[in-house]
Amino acid sequence: MIASHLPVLQVILPLIAAPVMVLARRGAIAWLLALIVSWAGLFISVALLARVADGSVISYAIGNWPPPWGIEYRIDRVNAFLLTLVSLIAAVVVVYSRLSVAAEVPREQQYLFYALYSLCLAGLLGITSTGDAFNLFVFLEISSLSSYVLIALGRDRRALVAAYQYLIMGTIGATFIVIGVGLLYLMTGTLNMADMAVRLRGVSEVRPVLAALAFLTVGICLKLALFPLHLWLPNAYAYAPSAVTALLAATATKVSVYVLLRFYYSVFGESVVFSALPMGQVLLVLSLAAAFVASTVAIFQHDLKRMFAYSSVAQIGYITLGLSFDSATGLTAGIVHLFNHALTKGALFMLLGGIALRLGGVRFEHIGGIARVMPLTSFGIVLGGLSLIGVPATVGFISKWNLILAALESGAWWIAFAIVLSSLLAVVYVWRFVEAAYFREPGAAVAKIKEAPLEMLIPAWLMIAACIYFGLDTTLTVGSAAQAAATLLQGTR
Amino acid sequence: MNTAAHFSYWITIFVAIAGLYIVIARGNLMKKLVGLAIFQTSVYLLYIAPGKLIGGTAPIVAEQFRIYSNPLPHVLILTAIVVGVATLALGLALVVRIREAYGSIEEDEILEQDETHSTDITSKQA
Repeated sequence: MIASHLPVLQVILPLIAAPVMVLARRGAIAWLLALIVSWAGLFISVALLARVADGSVISYAIGNWPPPWGIEYRIDRVNAFLLTLVSLIAAVVVVYSRLSVAAEVPREQQYLFYALYSLCLAGLLGITSTGDAFNLFVFLEISSLSSYVLIALGRDRRALVAAYQYLIMGTIGATFIVIGVGLLYLMTGTLNMADMAVRLRGVSEVRPVLAALAFLTVGICLKLALFPLHLWLPNAYAYAPSAVTALLAATATKVSVYVLLRFYYSVFGESVVFSALPMGQVLLVLSLAAAFVASTVAIFQHDLKRMFAYSSVAQIGYITLGLSFDSATGLTAGIVHLFNHALTKGALFMLLGGIALRLGGVRFEHIGGIARVMPLTSFGIVLGGLSLIGVPATVGFISKWNLILAALESGAWWIAFAIVLSSLLAVVYVWRFVEAAYFREPGAAVAKIKEAPLEMLIPAWLMIAACIYFGLDTTLTVGSAAQAAATLLQGTR
Repeated sequence: MNTAAHFSYWITIFVAIAGLYIVIARGNLMKKLVGLAIFQTSVYLLYIAPGKLIGGTAPIVAEQFRIYSNPLPHVLILTAIVVGVATLALGLALVVRIREAYGSIEEDEILEQDETHSTDITSKQA
């Protein structure tokens, strides 16, 4: 009986937990509740993934209003994969967050932190599960509004300005998305995405549909921080509390990529997106620009968190590069990199949180010789960095390999060359950490500190271990991504 | 395609661009939020206006009425207004906190303070 309600349950649980936390007003109770709902979410999404593995689609009618009139939750192989990723990251980060939040957030605000964390999780899972375009916008705003506050909780006062800038740009993005959805609603008279796709084929007036496509693309790309719409991201990631950075870097932008995929392939259809407008070329140019420009900017940062934030912009470029090829191989590469990058960046930001906890900051001039006192943390960051570069036996290599396969398949060998060349830029910024951590003498402040607590190390190292494991055994990740890509592509034909 | 028939769309586009211009051109954090609110308001018009039929009534089934206006856009925009209010409230709360931390709500003054003081803050933290 409860099994049939699983698609909505994982969204409802954190949504209900948040006000309960606010009423309880106790940090410890709030953390326990967040732990329970995050892990429940993980079990539910794994169960859903198992149920749709054969290619079936679960359709859940909220309040028993049958679609397309009521709001439908629609789980297929694509979003089951994303749900598993988001709830996995959330479940690992919540374990990690207890000590990190205790150190970085004032005691009387901690219960509010976990309430917002749950709301953000509910929003992200809601965006991923829903089959209704307007419902998607509402969940997008739930997750965005809570993440603005989470970022503003950072200790540095620049966190406030970063949150404000993110609020302005995020709201403009969300409003562009509503305009796009509104135009689609005017043309089709429906908000259900599956129904919209069917009715769009009968629409003879193409121009408003293309306008909707343009508005949605710009709005979603603002949210996923595609170069040059990434300006909100570096400061937001750099000044947010460590647990927030780990969660947002690994999930928020990835869910936005999913939204883009959903609209491109399941609503508009591949042929409209890639032949009526030159979307492939636009994405290709912007993705390569992201990979080169953001990686170069990352090299010159003084703060490790900011450096890895710029690296995120570059890595998002690789994800959209996969989409721009408009082929099954390219789409698979994009989805695989989405998963792999979430693991890598989640782990890296969690390890940086350990340094921030012990040292109070992660600027390059302060971390000299840190590998002597925090060997496990430093080695983890090096392994994560190798994955960003794409060294064999890490997940990064699998992503780059698939991307290069897709580039060669499309006949553009120079793109494959550009992918390798931009990876060399990652070598430079990862080497800067190695040089500072391993080859400098520890200063007085560094010599006094000790290794990060196990409660923070173990979750981070689990993710690093996953980076290595999925770099060696790709049946699960590449297999799921290939299936997801096939599901997306067949939705249009 | 005549201008009069698309009157509401022209108003929508004008309001949207006016709002967006304020967000981009103004350096005052408060005025930026006002611009953002105006931009969001244009979307309300985009949804509501096409739902109205001239001579149409509320969708209550009765014998004497034949033409009904579409109620769904109203419901959607009610939700969007709630989201807009929440965004504006959060934005204003952030401006209050920024003013407490920096003593200013002018973007250029805040950025200038960050550039000159950024080294002091980090040394205090470490």
